[in-house]
Amino acid sequence: MNRLRAWLLRLAGTLPNERREHELAAEIEAHLQLHIDDNLRAGMAPEQARREAILKLGGVESTKQFCRERNGIPLLENLLRDVQFALRQLRKNPGFTCTAVLMLALGMCAAVAIFGFVDASLIKPLPYRNPNRLVGVFEKVPLFPQSNLSYPDYLDWKKLNAVFGSLDVYRHDGCIVNTASGAQPAMGTRVSDGFFRTLGVVPVLGRDFRTGEDLRDAPATVLLSYTAWQTRYGGNQNVVGKTVTLDGVPHTIIGVLPADFHFAPREPSEFWMAFQPAGNCDLRRSCHGIYGVGRLKDGTTIETALADLTSIAKQLEKQYPDSNRGQGAAVAPLSEVIVGPLRPILLMLLSGTGLLLLIAGGNAASLLLVRSESRTREIAVRSALGAGRARLVTQFVTEGLVLVAAGCLLGVASANWTMKLLLRLIPQDYLASMPYLYDLGLNGRVLVFAGGIALLAAVVFSLTPTLHFGLPRIGSGMRDKLADGGRGSSGNTWRRLGSRLVVVELATAVVLLAGAGLLGKSLYLLLNVNLGLRPDHVATLAVAAPPANYAKDEQLAALTRRIVGRIETLPGVRSVGIGSQLPVSYNGNTDWIRIAGRPYNELHNEVNERDVSAGFFTTLQAKLLRGRYFTDAEDASKPRVVIVNQALAKKYFPSEDPIGKRIGDTELKPKSIREIIGVVEDVREGSLDSEIWPAEYLPFNQSPDHYFTVIVRTSQEERTLIPTLTGAIHQIDPHIVTLKGTSMEEAIHDSPSAYMHRSAVWLVSGFAFLALVLGVVGLYGVVSYSVSQRTREIGVRMALGAERGSIYDLILREAGRLVLVGIAIGLACAVGAASLMKGLLFGVRSWDVPTLAAVAAVLGMAALVASYLPARRAAGVNPVEALRAE
Amino acid sequence: MGDKADVWQGTLALMVLKTIEALGPLHGYGIARRIEQISGDALSLNYGTLYPALLKLEQEGAIASEWGVSDNNRKAKFYRLTRAGHKLLATETRNWEQTTAILARFLSPSEDLA
Repeated sequence: MNRLRAWLLRLAGTLPNERREHELAAEIEAHLQLHIDDNLRAGMAPEQARREAILKLGGVESTKQFCRERNGIPLLENLLRDVQFALRQLRKNPGFTCTAVLMLALGMCAAVAIFGFVDASLIKPLPYRNPNRLVGVFEKVPLFPQSNLSYPDYLDWKKLNAVFGSLDVYRHDGCIVNTASGAQPAMGTRVSDGFFRTLGVVPVLGRDFRTGEDLRDAPATVLLSYTAWQTRYGGNQNVVGKTVTLDGVPHTIIGVLPADFHFAPREPSEFWMAFQPAGNCDLRRSCHGIYGVGRLKDGTTIETALADLTSIAKQLEKQYPDSNRGQGAAVAPLSEVIVGPLRPILLMLLSGTGLLLLIAGGNAASLLLVRSESRTREIAVRSALGAGRARLVTQFVTEGLVLVAAGCLLGVASANWTMKLLLRLIPQDYLASMPYLYDLGLNGRVLVFAGGIALLAAVVFSLTPTLHFGLPRIGSGMRDKLADGGRGSSGNTWRRLGSRLVVVELATAVVLLAGAGLLGKSLYLLLNVNLGLRPDHVATLAVAAPPANYAKDEQLAALTRRIVGRIETLPGVRSVGIGSQLPVSYNGNTDWIRIAGRPYNELHNEVNERDVSAGFFTTLQAKLLRGRYFTDAEDASKPRVVIVNQALAKKYFPSEDPIGKRIGDTELKPKSIREIIGVVEDVREGSLDSEIWPAEYLPFNQSPDHYFTVIVRTSQEERTLIPTLTGAIHQIDPHIVTLKGTSMEEAIHDSPSAYMHRSAVWLVSGFAFLALVLGVVGLYGVVSYSVSQRTREIGVRMALGAERGSIYDLILREAGRLVLVGIAIGLACAVGAASLMKGLLFGVRSWDVPTLAAVAAVLGMAALVASYLPARRAAGVNPVEALRAE
Repeated sequence: MGDKADVWQGTLALMVLKTIEALGPLHGYGIARRIEQISGDALSLNYGTLYPALLKLEQEGAIASEWGVSDNNRKAKFYRLTRAGHKLLATETRNWEQTTAILARFLSPSEDLA
């Protein structure tokens, strides 16, 4: 208790206090007076009396000092004094301080911000119960390593497996919701009854689906997302039991999902409906449209699960050869299914920031070196005045820590801000599908990461100057330094270390520049990839016809004819086409084909299937290679025909003319047989960076769907046409729902692959630019310092008759050596780094010579400028002054 | 002065407390002189070391101080025992007596130890 009281008093006593100091002086003085009085009484002379008193006391100042130390806490006081001194030193040198702090803050900011994204998407566990036991379950075919399940296959897998505690499915399902203000498109998902139990998510209001509610004849039920509850029902507690009409069917609302629930593959889904198989797809074994989510039993690994499912798939293959031939199984951790594609990009960006941090740190460290070099004299003086080695080191460490603390605080604060900024730069559509980014920010893990960097920086920053002074040299060589004032050979150590730092910085800059260059070239190639169509001046509008009003194929065919006919008459419209799906979206929606009149090869002959109108190819200006286009008259009443792309022709008719050949389904059912009437040049159906698949195009009127896209070529600005299109369609039938309208160019530009590549290019280019600037600044620093160190030498050389040209030569040669070594190391590392990110490159090799050459040239030029400036200063040295300056 | 003993750390506090208890409120110089006298000039006491010890006791609440006037009319800081100081003195005295008693038994030649 008393100890504590004493410590608190001492803690308070650490703060300077004049009154206490005064009192201490008075007490000591009183003591001396009393003693002197006694001594005088004993008969001493006044002079001697005072001397004896002081002697007996043991010195006035040292007594006071003992008391002061007892009064406060000496360690703390020293620390405070060091910090004060450091701040004063740093304030005296604002240029150095700002640069060092900014460098650190910059490196910290970039690394922490990107780590925030990495954490939110790759590290933070998914918001489900025991998320690492959850797996995505897929079928596997040659074209799709992770393909959708078919519903009958799912039922068999669910029944036969021995590895899952539960296995459930979900299915993408846009739906039309009837609201007071008319029909609206909304995002919905159909899930099997145990889906939320498998995830371990419990509704906040109402109840979960009951077992059996996903069966065919069960009453239609739906769970609302929290957002849907808030926006559509104002958070009304009585929403449970109400009815909402989705796709013309009244669904009973049975509950509301928690606010923090998200399921990234299906966000922002508002309606979660019970699966209830229906239509001609769900019950067909060959129609694959659902995704599986399973919870592994305790102790079961993914490998066992895969083995089990594969054996079940083999069994089904035997049982149903027509539909299940070649259908394997695939299992992957759910987290990988959700954020898998982001992983390589995020890891690349994180490595990029790591490199940037390295350069920034290197730069800051070399600044610190220069500074400590220029303080050699100060150190010598302080050491001569009795500062111990430990005391000097502490002082330097304190200074380093003050810098690091300032840099890191600034860095972390700006990282928080940068994360928010980056988040705002992500288009709303993409952000909605990445719900795990919502709570991006400075959480515990991110702060620990930042702390780790700070610690590293602290070690480097406090050790650098200490190392520089060479611990043994403090003391022993001080007298030389005092006389020498940091001239001559003492700079060599630093020059070597500084040069090495600069080489590392330059090499790192090369790696980042090369990465940015390769990614940029990839993006350029990607955006200029042959599409097989002309994307300019094309407006597109996705449309959904209500199934209730257009139940029959003829009705849909008639509808599209009216839509095409109506839009063709609009001003500025050149031609109109209808397609089941917009090109440059994704490979998928496939069909298995078999060629009539040929023995079956028993393989999955999987091709993209697209249903298109007569005007589709002419509108997109795809090139017809052989045969003819469809006519508008080709509907169900006419012979069944098909147009194929070049890839299909090459793959299945390598040495024949495909025109006139007939293809059908795997069983060659008579009603599936179609005659090939044309071959078109490959239109890119999948994403920009994916391969061209064989594709068949069926006449829309022979194979219509409720969801389709209207494609319009126009002579005017295509965006302005979209409202007109919407209006025209609503004039035909106000119940038709129009979804997103966009220009073809926009659709391509904003497609996920283009977007991913573009963001990667922007971010890495940003890092590379910063790296270039920092690296060049570092070089400038080293060369300038070297020049300042060699002023006397240069003076002597010039006095002895050296020409200015040879001085340039001297300095530029030194800089040139560093640059060349840096670039050479950098290029080697760049090729290595680029081969690590091969998956992110498109159409360029990791050793793409033009890119690497350009990088070397850019860096070389920048480096030349950076070293020319100090070289000119060196050549401008006046020999007389340089020698007199001694 | 070669044969004078140094003051042990810790024992100085006890001497200070005892001195103040014996003489009542007293200034630093008085305490120092008194300790020297009692020890029969056998202790070599740097008066300066007394002040940190006084400060420590004051911080711990065993003594309190106030300015007053000495016998020969000098202004000086006087220290007095607090209630906690009295208690501390009692326990410290007991502790010391115990320690010395134990040590004495060790140091005096005795049959029991053989």
